[in-house]
Amino acid sequence: MAFFMQQVVNALQRGSFYALIALGYSMVYGVLMLFNFAHGDVFMVGAYIGFFVSSGLLALSAVGFLSLPTGVTLALVLVLTLIISMLLNSVVGMLVERIGYRPLRGAPRASAAITGLMIGIILETSNLALLGAQRRSFPDLIPGETIHVLGVNITPKKIVIVAVSLLLMFGLHLFVRRTKWGMAMRAMAYDYVVVPLMGVSINTIALLTFGLGSALAAAAGILYGVAYPVLDPYMGVLFGWKAFVAAIVGGRGSVLGAGLAGFLLGFIEIFVAAFLPSTMRDLIAFSIILVILTFRPHGFFGEPYSAQLRL
Amino acid sequence: MSADENLRQRLSSVGRRVRQWLRVQFSPVPLLGWFLAALVAVILEMLVGTPLARLLGMSKFPVLFGFALALAQPVYIPSAIVYVLLIYVLPVALVARLSIRLGNLLAGWLMRTSPLLSVVVHLGLLYGTLHLWAGLSDYRVLVVRLMLIAIMLTLSLNVVNGYMGEFSCSHPGFMALGAYAASLFSVLFFVGNDAFGAPLLPIGLGPFLFPLGLILGGAVAALGALLVAIPSFRTRGDYLAIISLAFMFIIKSLFENLEFLGGARGLSGQPDWASLPVVFAWTILCVWTINNFVRSTVGKALNAVRDGELAADAMTVDTRRTKMVAFFFAAFWAGVAGGLFAHVLRYVNPGTFDLKKLAEVLAMVYLGGLNSVVGSIVGAVSYNLLSEALRPLELYKWIIIPLLFIMVMIFRPTGLIAFREFDVVKLLHPREGTPGHAGPGAVEPQAER
Repeated sequence: MAFFMQQVVNALQRGSFYALIALGYSMVYGVLMLFNFAHGDVFMVGAYIGFFVSSGLLALSAVGFLSLPTGVTLALVLVLTLIISMLLNSVVGMLVERIGYRPLRGAPRASAAITGLMIGIILETSNLALLGAQRRSFPDLIPGETIHVLGVNITPKKIVIVAVSLLLMFGLHLFVRRTKWGMAMRAMAYDYVVVPLMGVSINTIALLTFGLGSALAAAAGILYGVAYPVLDPYMGVLFGWKAFVAAIVGGRGSVLGAGLAGFLLGFIEIFVAAFLPSTMRDLIAFSIILVILTFRPHGFFGEPYSAQLRL
Repeated sequence: MSADENLRQRLSSVGRRVRQWLRVQFSPVPLLGWFLAALVAVILEMLVGTPLARLLGMSKFPVLFGFALALAQPVYIPSAIVYVLLIYVLPVALVARLSIRLGNLLAGWLMRTSPLLSVVVHLGLLYGTLHLWAGLSDYRVLVVRLMLIAIMLTLSLNVVNGYMGEFSCSHPGFMALGAYAASLFSVLFFVGNDAFGAPLLPIGLGPFLFPLGLILGGAVAALGALLVAIPSFRTRGDYLAIISLAFMFIIKSLFENLEFLGGARGLSGQPDWASLPVVFAWTILCVWTINNFVRSTVGKALNAVRDGELAADAMTVDTRRTKMVAFFFAAFWAGVAGGLFAHVLRYVNPGTFDLKKLAEVLAMVYLGGLNSVVGSIVGAVSYNLLSEALRPLELYKWIIIPLLFIMVMIFRPTGLIAFREFDVVKLLHPREGTPGHAGPGAVEPQAER
């Protein structure tokens, strides 16, 4: 039982990364009906931005810029890192939209997917060219003793990671449901031909969507860095594509669905690795997803729709 | 300001005149003439390539039109340009221009005697040129073989992504299935290794039964396509994209876990049966069948399904069957390409068929052009040449190539040559500049303004 609960805790942590990244895919897909194949690499960029921001802030506090107790400083650094990196990374996401997607607004959707793919490759390669091949280790922002609860090891890291990601998801949910901008996004998802005629600019909404998704990806990147403190330029590739699949399983444009599917993917992966040889992880995870999609073609919360591919 | 405009106008008028002159000079050259000219250029390179390169200060002739050399050592840029001009551009232009009359006569005679003969002669010339050109260095042989395989892959993916208008990500998976099935066939029956024991048949039979192995690879890939097609063709939408992506991960992971196929270490020991003539023959067969397929009723039905599934259904097209047939067909050819790929490299491992391969195949299809056989050929060839030519730039290659792709997508969203039919007969016809002799393929002299 303790082993089982331990796996649940691990799965919650892994699922939060998938969920946060999947939200970015899901929003772009829901609002603009586009695949943003650069998103996995935007996640990578977010992790690197987080690395530099947090290292910079730590260096500032080391030279005596702030004299607070260590715990408070680290908490402050974490919060500031999250905020600054999310802002910076949303700019990166908007740039991706501006360069790779806006010029192709009337083109076949698949062409935009290809530009996204190419921007992703450029991001990876330029990272490698600028920063070199050595791996960076993320500073330990959440130190702390492991807590034992009923035989389950819980580190403060895990608590913070799950809490922050749930908080961000809830915030996004509120934003999409309760604000005017969120309403505009939902309207655009409903019909991107008529809504621009009602005075909602598709370009503004596209920028907003990419920005929000990239901000969440930056948060995921920082939390990932906290959990597994090794960053490399290709870390976003596999993670991104898996989160993409999770986004679709959640259902088009559904915040709740993408979040749940991300956690589901985390659970499947952790439990397969716990009970079976870990090389079987992808095989079983994707087989389960194939079965889910066979019986629920539009994902958990997706409405049936008929996409005209505009080719 | 006005002087500047004046200059620009004059320059553009010069450019227009040059282009017009080129068109007048070279539009009557039939395809046969171009092939002959290429053959002459290659023979010239065989005879005087190395001495000329020495004369120009290079240690040996530039292997790939001098791109790699010029990028690695910029000192050699002028010599490389001179070499390419003297060996390729000038002879091709001269022979093509001078052989207009002869070429057209010959092409016309061939066409009148038998179109099939004409096709055979053209292919023979093309193969001869490729063989001689590639024969000068092992590197060229490898590049040409991989390029031909890339053509097969691109074409088969274009059937799904272009002609059918879906977005399929499963091609690396099909390729892996074909590669492993064909490798298993040849290793099990003809080579033998630790896992399978002694070979079951004498190796002398191998090259003759190799086509069976490739067809087996294609068939296995088509069977795998069933797994994607059954769940995804019930509704339309972006459904295929996700299922095929999941399928790709499943196949890769499956091969990583099959220990008797080498697991993640891969499978080696394939015999060297995928030589240049074999790969060439399979590529021609692939281009021929796919071109016929997309021009057949099924191919037209496929386009109808893409443009409006409901309307096609109303017009008695069995939409589900059409999509299934096209998907199996594409998967079959991807499997054959995979089998050849495994025998060219003589080693396969699951890591080859990953997201990078997917990005590459997708890029070739969308660069070349959707819904077009010529486009796919152009896309595969240009991507492979570019990728080889920019190799000396190492890391920066992967910044330049994606940037180029983004430019192409922005300025030509459906690819370089999209929605173009590939009519072989029209292509092979003689071309006369004079309107009286205009065959179906004659280029009409365009009115200049």
